[in-house]
Amino acid sequence: MVRGTRLAGGIALATAASLLLAFAIAWHPEIEPTMPPSPSSFARKLVIEGEQLAKLGNCAGCHTAEPGRPLAGGRSLATPFGTIFAANITPDAETGIGTWSRAAFDRAMRRGIARNGKHLYPAFPYDHFTHASDGDVEALYAWLMTRPAIASRAPETRLDGVVAFRPLIAGWNLLFLGEGPLEPDPARSSDWNRGRALAEGLAHCGGCHTPRNRFGAEDRSRAYDGAMVEGWYAPPLNARSPAVRRWTADRLHLYLRTGLSPTHAAAAGPMGDVTRALAQARDEDVRAIAVYFASLMSQAPAARQDQHDAMDRQLVAQQAHPEAAVLFAGACAVCHEPGAPMMQQGRPPLAWGTPLQVDNAHDTVRIIMEGLASPAGPAGPAMPAFADILDDGQVGALAAYLRARFTDKPPWSDIGAAVAHARRGDGK
Amino acid sequence: MIALTVNGETHQVDVDPDTPLLYVLRNELALNGAKFGCGLGQCGACTVLLDGKPVYSCLVPVAALRTRKVRTLEGLASPDGTPGVLSIAFEAEQAAQCGYCIAGMIVRAQALLERNTRPTADEVRAHLAPNLCRCGTHMRILRAVHRAAEMMGGGVRAVAEREP
Repeated sequence: MVRGTRLAGGIALATAASLLLAFAIAWHPEIEPTMPPSPSSFARKLVIEGEQLAKLGNCAGCHTAEPGRPLAGGRSLATPFGTIFAANITPDAETGIGTWSRAAFDRAMRRGIARNGKHLYPAFPYDHFTHASDGDVEALYAWLMTRPAIASRAPETRLDGVVAFRPLIAGWNLLFLGEGPLEPDPARSSDWNRGRALAEGLAHCGGCHTPRNRFGAEDRSRAYDGAMVEGWYAPPLNARSPAVRRWTADRLHLYLRTGLSPTHAAAAGPMGDVTRALAQARDEDVRAIAVYFASLMSQAPAARQDQHDAMDRQLVAQQAHPEAAVLFAGACAVCHEPGAPMMQQGRPPLAWGTPLQVDNAHDTVRIIMEGLASPAGPAGPAMPAFADILDDGQVGALAAYLRARFTDKPPWSDIGAAVAHARRGDGK
Repeated sequence: MIALTVNGETHQVDVDPDTPLLYVLRNELALNGAKFGCGLGQCGACTVLLDGKPVYSCLVPVAALRTRKVRTLEGLASPDGTPGVLSIAFEAEQAAQCGYCIAGMIVRAQALLERNTRPTADEVRAHLAPNLCRCGTHMRILRAVHRAAEMMGGGVRAVAEREP
């Protein structure tokens, strides 16, 4: 009896202690609201630096819902846990971050805690931003606080099930948030180290290109293995890169700055927006990121052999997919057939693009259906959308034809699902 | 022979299956409303409606149509030859200068107003953005679409600028 009571007491004590510990980990104080700082209180140089870093991180990509209201939030992001709405990060005192002090901003960027002490969902990539340097965070703060304040209350995020309880994120942070800057690697160049700091930090490349575990955290053991994001496949950026042509630092640099690589393809989907932002970032920073990723892909097949000859198995593909060959001739050939006017302007052949090389049809199908906006850099054609020209079966047949003609890889098995997915258009 | 339905009429044409719809309309059916501009899906002069949605007819292989219905500028007029509402509005606003883009503009605008006779000014601009005009009559084109929306019992809503 006495032993039983002691045991019960012990359990109660242990439970109370863990609850207290959990509370201590999960609870964060509110940081006092401050008056929005005067834009003139920031040095011009710092603001410009902040702008270039904001372009590098493409803050506006998630935090802008309407082009005319930059950074005012409200854009939705479909996640496996439900839809998350981006916050208003303009310096509006009521609905934005106008009352956030430098310390409050710093805590949000590095630890994912809002000014009022609430946990932010890690859809906001603070697990990356935590690696940013003090100077970079300061510059970003200066830039954000000098933007026009826009009053706009973003819809409230309501996730499904247990993840709706935000203090649980404290546990997520314990498991998956490695706080602080990365140790430089003395064996590598300063460009490589800067590139890594930016890619892993503000540019948060892994946010799309690294697969996530069931807790929604990036699986570091599969860093840059490629992942699905909002219905697009972000391809691998490591030794598993399926690129046909070698990704050198020079080629990556050109691609990231202009959205078009003459040896690979035009940037599609969310990457198109990323390159349009990178076109306005600091050239040296983009160059450093290119150096870093070229090194990550240095063991990829294309790094060992840069295949100059573009594969074209026209006859094989035509025999396998005769109807799609007709569609290609009538709808695509005028730009993409070897010798077509666009091909004379140094545009890459379809065989060199990653979408046809990866083992799923999502990107190919979406590009056919939605087209591609003009790249950020060179003036030139945009690809029109074919969603209203071709029916689902025709899009699928065309995708199969392209795979058969411009690669020697096995046929895709997921074309039907990819077309249905793209037609639904909700990114889930 | 390939069968296609244009403006409610079914035609049999003897062309290669990869022939662009635009060539069939102009060369086989003498429907010259849709124009050849770039042939690359960049300018919109060849716009027609495919099951009610605006498409570049220069990029539609005729074999892709199957049973889907094509409507051209000619099909927007009444059977007695009275021009469609948009055509009347474009004439009233004198929206054509060289006129080459106008057929495509009218057809694309038709798709919008059939769906919504009360679009906002921004929606009209965004909807017409794929079609190019190089004379510079954009403002007249927009006025013509506004006028047509009113003639259809709707109107283009001006959305007040929000407070910054």
